[in-house]
Amino acid sequence: MDEVFIVGLGQTRVGEHWDRSLRELALEAAEAAQHDAAHLRPQLVVVANMAAARLSHQAHLGALVADFLGLTPAEALTVEAAGASGAVALRQAFLALRAGAADVALVVGVEKFTDQVGPEVESAAATTLDADYEAEHGMTPTAQAGLLMQLYQHTYQVPEGALGVFPMLAHRHAVGNPFAMFRRAISEAVYARAGKISDPLNLFDAAPYADGAAAVLLARASALPRPWPRPLVRIAGSAAATDALALHDREDLLDFAAARAAAQRALAQAGLTSAAEVDLLELFDAFSVYAALTLEALELAPRGRAWEKAQAGAFDLDGELPILTMGGLKARGHPGGATGVYQVVEAALQLRQQAGDNQVVGAQRALTLALGGPASTAVAHVLTREA
Amino acid sequence: MEVPRHWRLKKQRYALVGEVCPSCGAKLFPPRDVCPVCKAEAKTLYTFSGRGEVLAFTTVTQPPAEFADQAPYVVALVRLEEGPTLTAQLTDLGDETPYIGMPVEMVTRRLRTDQGERGVIVYGYKFRPRLQPAPA
Ligand SMILES: [Zn+2]
Repeated sequence: MDEVFIVGLGQTRVGEHWDRSLRELALEAAEAAQHDAAHLRPQLVVVANMAAARLSHQAHLGALVADFLGLTPAEALTVEAAGASGAVALRQAFLALRAGAADVALVVGVEKFTDQVGPEVESAAATTLDADYEAEHGMTPTAQAGLLMQLYQHTYQVPEGALGVFPMLAHRHAVGNPFAMFRRAISEAVYARAGKISDPLNLFDAAPYADGAAAVLLARASALPRPWPRPLVRIAGSAAATDALALHDREDLLDFAAARAAAQRALAQAGLTSAAEVDLLELFDAFSVYAALTLEALELAPRGRAWEKAQAGAFDLDGELPILTMGGLKARGHPGGATGVYQVVEAALQLRQQAGDNQVVGAQRALTLALGGPASTAVAHVLTREA
Repeated sequence: MEVPRHWRLKKQRYALVGEVCPSCGAKLFPPRDVCPVCKAEAKTLYTFSGRGEVLAFTTVTQPPAEFADQAPYVVALVRLEEGPTLTAQLTDLGDETPYIGMPVEMVTRRLRTDQGERGVIVYGYKFRPRLQPAPA
């Protein structure tokens, strides 16, 4: 079967784009990706989005985006899998190319949260839970994370504030990312003073919902003009897994089993046996405790102890396995359905040695891991730099 | 207005009616028709006692629009004494602070008021600190 390469990358700055619409954000990211890919023309457009139908009264994004980008009559569709939407979209485009259904595909993740204000955004986010048995009782994604953080701290006897190591790491790394929402470090004192939004979870334990769009252009090896002018990044592994949608239906609440299943399958496709064999990991820190639970699910730290390894510097840019290298969800910002595409854009920039101040020296292999909810959906991709 | 949806869920919501698996005896709440333990069909109705304990809890200060009038409120994972765990609000706390392991019991309360023009009030289960000790 044909290999699939990532040949174009594009992203908008993440933030509150009050003056820009969904379609304009998608256009900016997609044009950048197409320009980066010598204007290869896609026959397939896969759009990732979480909440436009509810927040912007806009469904049918496949046709909207293909039309606005001037790509008609290309086939186009929208993919939704909560926070994992972008990664599921990438995987669907990858599968279509592998199957020979298209030669070139464009994946565009786009989210526009600021068409509404706070409580409406929380309502939209809560639609990703079990509507009848979670959301109807006032549960929210943030409250789920609060419950998991309480259980984590209680079960493993974790000192108050210890999980703050993850947002502090993310903010440090965002300083060098011109596309990030928050480009400033935060101190332990600032973290400790932050107000609780879902006790014990504080404001800095939650990634901010924000506007943004990211795009990647994929091509089958046989469709690629040679020589290609830029370093090539290959999708060496792609896998997805699910777990119970409702948190209360989990047997082991502190085990992100779907994250482990997806990562193991993607790593095996790339000929790897452990996440420790990659050079960087873009994980899904929608909440601090999700970073810890993901590292532990991937067996990169003993259960209950990921924060200790982080405190020792293991996950810094010069550590044994750098994570959140461009600021993660926490500091780059969390544009919902676009987030999974941002992770892949950032990992590919690292492999192309184009990550600027945040370059992981000699990066050859990257693992990206996106989550929908508390790992109700998990999607992993292994990317490798081709010689 | 979502009257059919509220009507469809009323047994579960008012009386904590779930299911029991005729093959392995597992008790299921919420009802899911297929036993997650042995994968057999499990549509036999089973009414739960409503007694349980708090597994985890948190206070919501940034509520969805539908719950804005109730914030801050406490949501919890409650493990029922028959086995399953569910999501519910804690209510009638007075000056009691919830804790992990707190014994609680089910009560029926207003969950929210539907935003529609007729303002349908949605009732359902919440849990309060247990007043009576469970029978031995
Ligand atoms: Zn059974």
